[in-house]
Amino acid sequence: MKENLYQYILGIADNSLILGQRLGELCGHGPSLETDIACTNISLDLLGQVRNYYQYAAKIANDGRTEDDIAMLRNEREYLNVLLVEQPNTDFGYIIARQFLFDVYHLMFLNELQKSNDLTLSAIATKSIKEVSYHQRFSSDWIKRLGDGTEESRSRIQSAIDELWTYTDELFHLTEADEVMVSEGIGVDVTKLKEHYYKKVNDILEEATIQVPESKYFQKGGKKGIHTEHMGYILTDLQYMQRTYPNMEW
Amino acid sequence: MSEEQIKNLEEQFEARIARDEKIEPKDWMPEKYRQTHIRQISQHAHSEIVGMLPEGNWITRAPSLRRKVALLAKVQDEAGHGLYLYSACETLGISRDVLYEQLHSGKAKYSSIFNYPTVTWADMGAIGWLVDGAAIINQVPLCSTSFGPYARAMVRVCKEESFHQRQGYEIMLKLCNGTPEQKEMAQDALNRWWWPSLMMLGPTDDASVHTEQSMKWKLKRKTNDELRQQFIDQTVPQADILGLTIPDPDLKWNEERGSYDFGEIDWDEFWQVVKGHGPCNKERMKARVGAWERGEWVRDAAMAYAEKQQERKEKQAV
Ligand SMILES: [Fe+2]
Ligand SMILES: [Fe+2]
Ligand SMILES: [Fe+2]
Repeated sequence: MKENLYQYILGIADNSLILGQRLGELCGHGPSLETDIACTNISLDLLGQVRNYYQYAAKIANDGRTEDDIAMLRNEREYLNVLLVEQPNTDFGYIIARQFLFDVYHLMFLNELQKSNDLTLSAIATKSIKEVSYHQRFSSDWIKRLGDGTEESRSRIQSAIDELWTYTDELFHLTEADEVMVSEGIGVDVTKLKEHYYKKVNDILEEATIQVPESKYFQKGGKKGIHTEHMGYILTDLQYMQRTYPNMEW
Repeated sequence: MSEEQIKNLEEQFEARIARDEKIEPKDWMPEKYRQTHIRQISQHAHSEIVGMLPEGNWITRAPSLRRKVALLAKVQDEAGHGLYLYSACETLGISRDVLYEQLHSGKAKYSSIFNYPTVTWADMGAIGWLVDGAAIINQVPLCSTSFGPYARAMVRVCKEESFHQRQGYEIMLKLCNGTPEQKEMAQDALNRWWWPSLMMLGPTDDASVHTEQSMKWKLKRKTNDELRQQFIDQTVPQADILGLTIPDPDLKWNEERGSYDFGEIDWDEFWQVVKGHGPCNKERMKARVGAWERGEWVRDAAMAYAEKQQERKEKQAV
């Protein structure tokens, strides 16, 4: 099996899976019907994209496991998503901040992945870009509304950005599998996206009258399967049926 | 306007409905017509929104990615139904905020079925199959109701509800063709959802207050009992295909009537749930009110931002 490619795909897919799962928790509980529909829609897009990745991973693994086995039956240490996406839905400010900090990265990432030598990955990227540009527009618009809305909303979105900032740096770390994939022209060299990312994020935050956090202390680990304490609970839900009723079709 | 003029208008109005003409929001209408429609359409909208909760309960735990995506899409459709129905209701001169207020204070009702808990994955199948199924039976006749915006909303809603029903049935089918444990899960869900689904079609005709007026305005074309019979006759053969047993020992084909006879519905349970004392009434309201209250600062921010943007635009124009 092409172990590096397999790991590489999981790294991409797990981000969207876990974020989609987090957004799925919100369905029916949003601050308005319109935002509820929008968050569900983003979750739906991400989980739709995820299916393409896991189906491809299943093909690469070629060991009889299905997309669902791969998505739902790994142990926590085998999930490779960044810490950012597993952060909880503390309030709508956090939901938007998490989405925004991820979307800006995600769109840049997909734009590069489109150029991959791997035709399946490049096709998935091309297919996903339209959806993800919509996500970025949605989250950026809300960053502006909350930042430049009321005093309360500014203070809430500011604390969300401050708290989640520590998880942004990890987006630009390369794992060993990433490095191999970059050298083969399959993977994206995310280190090259970093400067552009912070420029874009800072511009939008400034426009939203939100202060760009100055902290230089960052968290990492997700890409190596070392997660925050939230992760186990996310997986408890995600894996509930597959673990309780093994080897069945649904 | 003199009493006679009003009477004249009312006669013309009823004649238009009798001729199958649509009443549009700008047309003159009797106050009672307006109020009845506000009540019914908003009740329907609230049902869509509250109905998101029992199914939303399984999104994070759906057994496969395919099912998770389909369930998300379904719950999102229900939110969309709520949205068109609130909009249709707003054309009658009432705001969405007032409608929410009525829901949150308990003044407005929503479909009682959503006060039952979803305890296993099979409930996602049973709800689609039975609850969306009963909703379709209730709603198809409304596609030709007299109030234009409601009729048009219903055409769109019914199309999606039939899709939901097929999807629910397909979940059941998969369970029934699966392991004994899965089939048992399906039977258990049918046992729990069957009677509440029959209740969903409303109290028996002699206990139903609004029927006659509603018939005239085409808010109803068949009585609750007729609809219920239609639902049972349509659903029993579907249960047979699944190999599931309808939890009613009195259910029997009646050759003479060409319909199924069925057992007594527990109307005490129905009224208990309607009056707010079902298994989940309190949770459902807590979830809706909580979402609304937690969302207040967000809605305020959006409004403040929109106002600032407007001011900026005006300043630029000067
Ligand atoms: Fe609906
Ligand atoms: Fe409905
Ligand atoms: Fe539905």
